[in-house]
Parts: sequence; structure tokens; C-alpha cells
Amino acid sequence: MKAAPFEYTRSATLAEACALLAEHGADAKLIAGGQSLVPMMAMRLARPAFLVDINRLDELKHVAIDGDALVVGAAVRQCVIERDARARERLPLLGKALKWVGHVQTRNRGTVGGSIVHADPSAEIPLVACVLDATLVLRDSSGASDLPAREFFFAPMITAIAPEQCLAEIRFPLWGGKVGSAFEEVSIRHGDFALVSACAQVEVNAEGKCVRAALGIGGASPFPHALPEIGELLAGKRLDDASIAAASEAVGDLIDPDGDLHATADYRRHLARVLAARVLRAAAEDAK
Amino acid sequence: MSEKLYPLKLTVNGKQHEAQVPSRQTLVDFLRDTLRLTGTHVGCEHGICGACSILLDGEPVRSCLIYAVQAEGCSVTTIEGLSLPDGTPGPLQDAFCETHALQCGYCTPAMIVASHALLESNPTPSEAEIRDAIGGNLCRCTGYQQIVEAVQLAAGKLAKGAK
Repeated sequence: MKAAPFEYTRSATLAEACALLAEHGADAKLIAGGQSLVPMMAMRLARPAFLVDINRLDELKHVAIDGDALVVGAAVRQCVIERDARARERLPLLGKALKWVGHVQTRNRGTVGGSIVHADPSAEIPLVACVLDATLVLRDSSGASDLPAREFFFAPMITAIAPEQCLAEIRFPLWGGKVGSAFEEVSIRHGDFALVSACAQVEVNAEGKCVRAALGIGGASPFPHALPEIGELLAGKRLDDASIAAASEAVGDLIDPDGDLHATADYRRHLARVLAARVLRAAAEDAK
Repeated sequence: MSEKLYPLKLTVNGKQHEAQVPSRQTLVDFLRDTLRLTGTHVGCEHGICGACSILLDGEPVRSCLIYAVQAEGCSVTTIEGLSLPDGTPGPLQDAFCETHALQCGYCTPAMIVASHALLESNPTPSEAEIRDAIGGNLCRCTGYQQIVEAVQLAAGKLAKGAK
């Protein structure tokens, strides 16, 4: 399997990469880690005429705490976040999600931003971005604009990004107080695409009541599915068996999964309920 | 019909190479077809099987998911670079033979590369850590158990040697 021929440019600056996108539009494609794009090019599901390499742009490789956000440059490799002390301490949910992302070899190349713009509906990083409603900073040759992650994903591999835009950074909001989180997934083998995944983050107060909760389901909808309804349901309640069972039941009603070769729609709904309960319990325990 | 070629300079197993490569040539094809380093295997060519694992600047990666031109200025280590200076098998390679960690051998070079990277960063891995490190490499013969045993054996031998 060989990719179709393409012109290759190694960009030295983000401005240069954006200028090439502005010039070539949909004929150009950015390459960062390439862990999804290269297979798609090998299978000729993608055949860009111009490949713009942004792997060496230091402008896209920052990791920082900025006020109440963890800011991650779009081309930061997944393995860097796994090892980053600030990310582990301030946003452990991201590290918990990364354990399910591919394998050592793919996390060494794959980037945080690349996973988001690729927009596989079963991918873990996009789910975390949606659950926390991260802010995506998009750049083009005329400037930068912000977009909430929950408005970014439309359908499998279809997003709000325009051909001339580059995802520059992701701003994950940081919660204060007693926060706990969890990520769970069922796949055929560890590292494979999730049949269904669930991700939760909760904040509890001194009385053990839920101040806020965020939950999302991956793999069961055409996009990473944040379920703010569950947060509303749990706010002010104790995260006990009864409230978690009610939330888990509601999850099954809020999603409308499709069946395929790997799992029927009913099985995906069942998994979503079970995994939702599991991550809520684990997140509540983690918050103690 | 000739394709546009791009200049490439990189170090492979400690040796500098300069070449002209088509943009779409993957790093594994460059290593095998141009440098004739055929120890790195080509399996699925789309990042599933892990048979093409190499070390890129010391980190294990899949060389079918990187275009050769992208490795400009990088240092690559292949299975050929993991034998002892006199060309005889290194401790991991010996351990794979000793525990019968291979049958057809197709996945073996990449298994050794992945295990080597693990032992470099974690000389005393648990069984779970070994299984995680080789999780991206498919083996259709062994059932993995002997591979895990090989890595444990090599870790033990290397620890003794280090004393």
C-alpha cells in the first residue's frame, strides 16, 4: 500500500503552514504525528496533493497552566502529556484517557491535537475535550479564533475546522475543589478502537454532595458525546448507588447508538450504561 | 515518469546516510529497500501489526507511519543496531532464543526493539509493564507467553551484568 504522490513541505513557522493552507485549500493537509493520516493515505482514503509537516513547530509544542486552564499545543505528543508532571497533577483525567489510546509506539508519535482534528467518534482525547468542554484555538493566515469543543465535532471525521485552519492549542478547563475523574472503555483488544468508552469528572463538597459532574460517552454516537443532562441530574445529590443508577439509566435513553460488525446497538447501549455507572462510581471515590 | 525527490540526511545504527527520496516513501521502505536493512519487517503497512517498529531518537515508533523524508536529522536504530559490536546477538536476542519466544520470526525484530526500549527506560519491569510495552506488536505464533518470559530473562541477566 503506497500513498499517492504528494508535494512535501516542512514548515518552519505556523504562519508559513497557514499560508500554504490558504494557498492550496482542501488540496493541502497538515501532518503532525501521522498515526491516522498516514494509514488513510496508504489506503488512499486521503490523497492530499500537498502535505504540510508541522512536526517541528515549537509554537505548537507548549504545555502550560494558564489561570484555570491546562494549555496544550496541538502538536504536543501524547507521550509527553503522559509524562508531564503538571498535566498529571492538575488534569489526571487526560492521563487516564491516554492509557487507552493506541500503544506505546503510536503515543510516541501521535499528538493531542491530531487526535482531535481526526475526530474518530471512538477516540479518547476528543471525548475528554468534549466532557470538559475544552476551548479549541484555531489559527489561519488572518488570525486566531476560539471554538468550544462541544461545537467542533459533527460526524465521524467531520468537524467545524475549515481547510485553511490549523488547530493551534487546546485549553482544558481545570476544576477547583475536591475533584475526581475516571475513564473506562471496552474494546476487542486493549489499544483497539473503543466499542464504547465513558469518561467522568466530578466535584464534591465537604458534605460529599456533588457540586458538578461531567460525563460523556464515546463510540456510541457519530461524535464524542458529552451529556450535560447527567451533570444536571447529579448536581446537589450524593453520588451513591441510587443517584448513579438513575444517571446510568438516563445515559441509555440519551444516546442512540448504531450497530455494526463488532457490536449491536443494544450491546453498545448496555455498555454505555454499565461504563457510565462505573466511571461515576470511580470518579466519586477518586474525589474523596 | 519520475517522481520529485527530496534530500534526506539521517543516522541509522550510528552511521550517517544521505539520500534522495520520494515524499511518499515510508521510512520502513527506505530502511529495507535503499539501505538493505531487511531486519525491520513490513506487515500491515497501516500501523496495526507493529512489525516495522524501530527506535526514532531512542523512542519506539512504527516506521510504516512515518515518511522517510520526515526523519531528516533523526537518529534511527533498527534490530541490526541491537546486536553486540562484534555482530553476535545481544542479551535480549539470546533470551528470545532461550525461551523459544519465536516461531515464524516475523514479529521478532519489532518485539525485540519494543522490549529493548522498555528495558532502557525501566530495567526491572513487571509482567504487566512488559505486556503493555509489547501491546502494539502482534504475534500469531507464540501466544506471547514466551516473549514475556524472554524479556523477564533478559532483564534478570542485564541486572546481574550491571552489578
